Amino acid sequence: MSATLTPPRTSPEPDTPTPVAPRRSLPRVVWAGVVVAVWIVVWVFTRGQNTLARPTRERTDLMDSFTGFRNDVIASRDTNPLIQFTYALGEWFVSVVDFFQRMLAEPNLPRPVPEIGWLGVTAIAAWIALAIAGWRISLLVAASFVSFGLFGYWSDSIDLLIVTFVAVAVSVVIGMPVAIWIASSRRAERPVTVVLDLMQTMPTFVYLLPIVLFFGIGASAAVVSTLIYAMPPLIRIAGHGIRTVSPTTIEATDSAGQTFWQRLRKVQLPMARPTIVVGLNQTIMAALAMATLAAYVNGPGLGKPVLNALVRVDIGGAFVPGALIVVMAIMLDRTTTAASQRGELIARGGGGSARQRRIVLGVAGVVTIVAVWLSRYSFWAAEFPATETGRAVADAVNTGADWVVATFGTLTEALKDAVTIGLLNPLEALLAQSPWWLSALAILALAFVFGRLRALLPTVVCLAGIRFFDLWNHAMQTLSMTLVATMLVMVLALVFGVWMARSPRADVAIRPFLDAGQTIPPFVYLIPVLALFGPSKFTAITAAIIYAAPAAIKLLADGVKAVSPTTLEASRASGATSWQEILKVQLPMARGSIVLAANQGLLFVLAMVVIGGLVGAGALGYDVVLGFSRSEEWGRGAVAGITIVLLGIMIDRIARASADYKAT
Amino acid sequence: MRIMQRRSRRLLAVGALSALTLTACGGGAIDEETQANEEQQSELGDCGEINMAVNPWVGFYADAYVVGHIAEQELGCTVNYKELKEDVSWQGFGTGEVDVVIEDWGHPDLEKQFFDDQGDGSAMDGGPTGNTGIIGWYVPPWLAEEHPEVLDYENLNDFAKDFATSETGSKGQFLGADPSYVQFDEAIIDNLGLDFEVVFSGSEAASITAFQQAEEKKEFLIGYFYEPQWLFADLPLAKVALPPYEDGCQDDPAKVDCDYPETELKKILSTSWVEEGGPGVELVQNFSWSNDDQNVVAKYISEDGLSNEDAATKWVEENEDIWQQWMPTS
Amino acid sequence: MNRSDNVHDDRGTAGQEAALSVRNLWKIFGKGADRIIGTPDAELSRAELKEKTGCVVGVRDVSFDVAPGEVFVVMGLSGSGKSTLVRCLTRLIEPTAGDVVIDGQDVTTAGESQLRELRRHHTSMVFQHFGLLPHRQVIDNVAFGLEVRGEGKSDRRSRAAEIVDLVGLSGFERSYPDQLSGGMQQRVGLARALANDPSLLLFDEPFSALDPLIRRDMQNEVIRLHQELGKTMVFITHDLAEALKLGDRIMILRDGAIVQVGTPDEVVARPADDYVKDFVSDVPRSHVLTLKWVMREPRPDDSTEGPVMSSDTIVRQAAQAALASEHPVRVVDDGRLVGIVDDDAILRVVVAEEAVTA
Repeated sequence: MSATLTPPRTSPEPDTPTPVAPRRSLPRVVWAGVVVAVWIVVWVFTRGQNTLARPTRERTDLMDSFTGFRNDVIASRDTNPLIQFTYALGEWFVSVVDFFQRMLAEPNLPRPVPEIGWLGVTAIAAWIALAIAGWRISLLVAASFVSFGLFGYWSDSIDLLIVTFVAVAVSVVIGMPVAIWIASSRRAERPVTVVLDLMQTMPTFVYLLPIVLFFGIGASAAVVSTLIYAMPPLIRIAGHGIRTVSPTTIEATDSAGQTFWQRLRKVQLPMARPTIVVGLNQTIMAALAMATLAAYVNGPGLGKPVLNALVRVDIGGAFVPGALIVVMAIMLDRTTTAASQRGELIARGGGGSARQRRIVLGVAGVVTIVAVWLSRYSFWAAEFPATETGRAVADAVNTGADWVVATFGTLTEALKDAVTIGLLNPLEALLAQSPWWLSALAILALAFVFGRLRALLPTVVCLAGIRFFDLWNHAMQTLSMTLVATMLVMVLALVFGVWMARSPRADVAIRPFLDAGQTIPPFVYLIPVLALFGPSKFTAITAAIIYAAPAAIKLLADGVKAVSPTTLEASRASGATSWQEILKVQLPMARGSIVLAANQGLLFVLAMVVIGGLVGAGALGYDVVLGFSRSEEWGRGAVAGITIVLLGIMIDRIARASADYKAT
Repeated sequence: MRIMQRRSRRLLAVGALSALTLTACGGGAIDEETQANEEQQSELGDCGEINMAVNPWVGFYADAYVVGHIAEQELGCTVNYKELKEDVSWQGFGTGEVDVVIEDWGHPDLEKQFFDDQGDGSAMDGGPTGNTGIIGWYVPPWLAEEHPEVLDYENLNDFAKDFATSETGSKGQFLGADPSYVQFDEAIIDNLGLDFEVVFSGSEAASITAFQQAEEKKEFLIGYFYEPQWLFADLPLAKVALPPYEDGCQDDPAKVDCDYPETELKKILSTSWVEEGGPGVELVQNFSWSNDDQNVVAKYISEDGLSNEDAATKWVEENEDIWQQWMPTS
Repeated sequence: MNRSDNVHDDRGTAGQEAALSVRNLWKIFGKGADRIIGTPDAELSRAELKEKTGCVVGVRDVSFDVAPGEVFVVMGLSGSGKSTLVRCLTRLIEPTAGDVVIDGQDVTTAGESQLRELRRHHTSMVFQHFGLLPHRQVIDNVAFGLEVRGEGKSDRRSRAAEIVDLVGLSGFERSYPDQLSGGMQQRVGLARALANDPSLLLFDEPFSALDPLIRRDMQNEVIRLHQELGKTMVFITHDLAEALKLGDRIMILRDGAIVQVGTPDEVVARPADDYVKDFVSDVPRSHVLTLKWVMREPRPDDSTEGPVMSSDTIVRQAAQAALASEHPVRVVDDGRLVGIVDDDAILRVVVAEEAVTA
């Protein structure tokens, strides 16, 4: 979430060194231990009282009033001017998507095929890639497009590309001005950040139904929900990039008497370009991640076959389209990155002679025209020939999954029981079986210990909110699962991160799996994980780890890698063993990255709470799923969603305050 | 800046190029089929469009695609399948985005909102599908065979320890189901004095996987499930007897202590679409088949791996006598 | 003769308008800073004020004038407020109080567009870390100032090409900043500053990021440009040797306040306090001091056959002739004998210095 980018605030004062008063107080860990000890003692006497637990399906008045409000909005939809407006907007999105679909993906009836068939579309895509990113990327793009057809998901893949393209385009149109705004106004930054936090942590299931209400079913709902989820990274990262353009350069160019717009256009945007491209990339990845959820409201794309397979409990059937989403993600990522670098290179007169480039592009252009012509004329070039490849792969995956489940079933059962009994149950007993005031006091005390007042204040606000929304017991259960999952994520991050940092070969081998883990829809691995562990909290934790660990591992690997080689050399020169090197030099020096990885890991885990609700984790995730499934429970889903957001913000603020407090 | 200009010029070129191609080319086999399509359409008459909601379970796919296939092939309708959850489908009646929900397991709250008597009247009851939903507590077949005692709720406490998991501790685990269903299991367990704790599977896929694994590994499992469901073709779960349903025994959710009633599955239609009339409306209203019929199609889809369309085609080819009775009379 | 104690030194401005005039300039960082000036709090030391109000004084009640064509050096240790001061001059940092007048224009009261005009046409600045645009070629970096004031592409490029030539970067017009060495990058910074033909050039420690040899080259470059173009310059540095080499006058800052203003030889010969004395203790005095500072009153019995020199002759230059002659040097200004320099006096300066450097 937000913590990806917390640039160090430079204070305006001149560089006078502030004397550091030696702190004599006990280390924070000791204080935290004291808090937990007191907590346990009080818990022994009060456990089970006032836990605010209630039967799962009992509703509060607050939930019903949320539902009532939504029903009122539905009842007013024919007269409500706002809905009229958004609906018109939604219809516009639908018509844009529909136009592209008939051009590229779906039969333009009565024509039995799209206007441009697969060969033409592939050729055009490859040609564009050649023009902006070079021949290597062009090959990658062509191969990716062919794989879409080869595995039997041509039109779903192109549909997803279209929806992603429209959503990302709108994200840029709305997001870039906001990014510029928060970059140039400190006052704007704070409220906008809170809104972005909200957009990123609010479970999609909560706002999917209202979006349908305002924008209609199908492509429009898909575009808008994708937009909400995908825009924040662009705003955050681009805003950060613009804000952190070298202040010397800003000063230097200001001193030449430039206006605001001149500064923006000639200095800030060009200099922040690499960062903005990173933001754009993140936005595209987030948009692809929304693909499966959008399929719940008939959003076009690869999410549909994934959900369809989920309904049939067909692991392989979900795997193939899920893997194509990964292929698409990698293709788009490499293309945008390469295009950005190549733009730079060509501007500097690199990348071969301009004349030669033009000739290559011209020849390729002619080939493309021929391909487009063929794809309009002949069936084989218009409609991807049916192959059994997709089904064969799916069957192989199913066989493999069956084998894994049969072979490792006992082992995984033992693992599940060990973690559940050793870690999860005690933590949950403490958090959720304490009287609510006891957990609240303990959390506040811990927040104060780790982050002082800066952590205490947001924690007070968030806990008060959680109490008010009255899903306290579920919130505590979710919190305990989240903490356990984060702990395991950090263990993995430390092991793999250090390994990857120390061995380039391991890095090369592991990284693709991390990329895949981050982009493959969770629905794809839910079933195998379910088969291994059954519907349980541990299953939810496992799914969360698969999703969250890659980001944490990458952050940690990069952080350890960034440790100054001079320091490492110095420690080697003094005869440190590998272990000493890791424990005394690399990890302490990568502390910032470890904190960041933990924070990111936690928020990614929290993002999976709802998915957890789908596999037996209960608690807040189940509340959200329930709200999404039954109209009379919508209010519960909304309340649970808000509670998840509050949990997320609370954890994020404590972690940030804690990191800053320790850093000073 | 210059790079951007150059790039936009390139993109412009792409656009121009494709436009050129569009006007210049075309023809051949594809054109012939286009013409054939047009002719077929005029031959069959204009049935119009059917916006068919597709809710996420295989039984629903069976109903929707069989009816859709007949409407397209026999009546010349254009069927738009829309994959939606139930709530969203109902919302779509009012906006014209959805015309038919072909299998409804009971949504009193939505009826209140959208039926004529209390709500905005955008939706209406389209009559029964002929299928009966049997909801209740089920155990995997091996368990029913080896310990037939579990099929009576009164003996369940004797097995509570066997049903326990690391999460439920000493209590037995009861697997609650997909939240789309109305469930009173917590209350039933409480009121019948059973030593069980409900763990909500959270989705149909999770429940199915759990039952499959329990059968495979011969593990104890009891949970909420329902028929018709494609899983039964492969894994005939056994139903546990609860105190029989009587009228009113489920009125107060906190006091429920009886089994679930049998549910007559029905069709929900868009009021305005029905008012427009036409052969499509008649077909949908006439549609009615047995649990076995649905299970056949569901098996084609889930077990045999046919696509929804192919499964429907296959059933329609094999069962003309049944679907002929649904055809519009006018 | 000792004018260095006089803070409001107006030397060199007599009879003509100052190119830059600063009066009672304050910069206090922090909340409610503007309410501090004029209260007793303003008299507190920096540390005390920070303790009491949380505010930090950057510049404290600074006043000075710079004559047209003068090179005015501001020096001090880091944290002395010199960089803040130079930024207040064109309001890159908004001053808390005081007046700044450049070419007769009041900068502190100028509106947004007036200020922009001033920056576009009257002043330019060279920065320690260059502040170049990495995505632009040298020629377009140099032309940046002209571009923002709206000059056409061919005009500004041809003007920029002249300046690139002037600073000795011919042949590198098409390079990107990261393809150049640090010294060359700063030449680009210099060229950019010169391109819009300002009347006042501000330098903020421009050479402190460069290595010593390059630094010397660049200092000579500045001296050459000053001789060729005759611009008024305000030059910030923490390097006393650089200050002495370049400055017509030097202003020493400490904790934001002026400690001393004077010519290089004044500063070295008569440090205003221990702070300055400490500063100048390492300076090779013979390189800086003039005969004025070592001569004594003429006595009637002095020989009249010694070499004649003016009072602003630097000791080192005078040494050889003075020691070669058997007679003491006679210091004559405007045909009038103002003092006598004995060999002893010269040796004291030269030898004392060797003791220091050894």
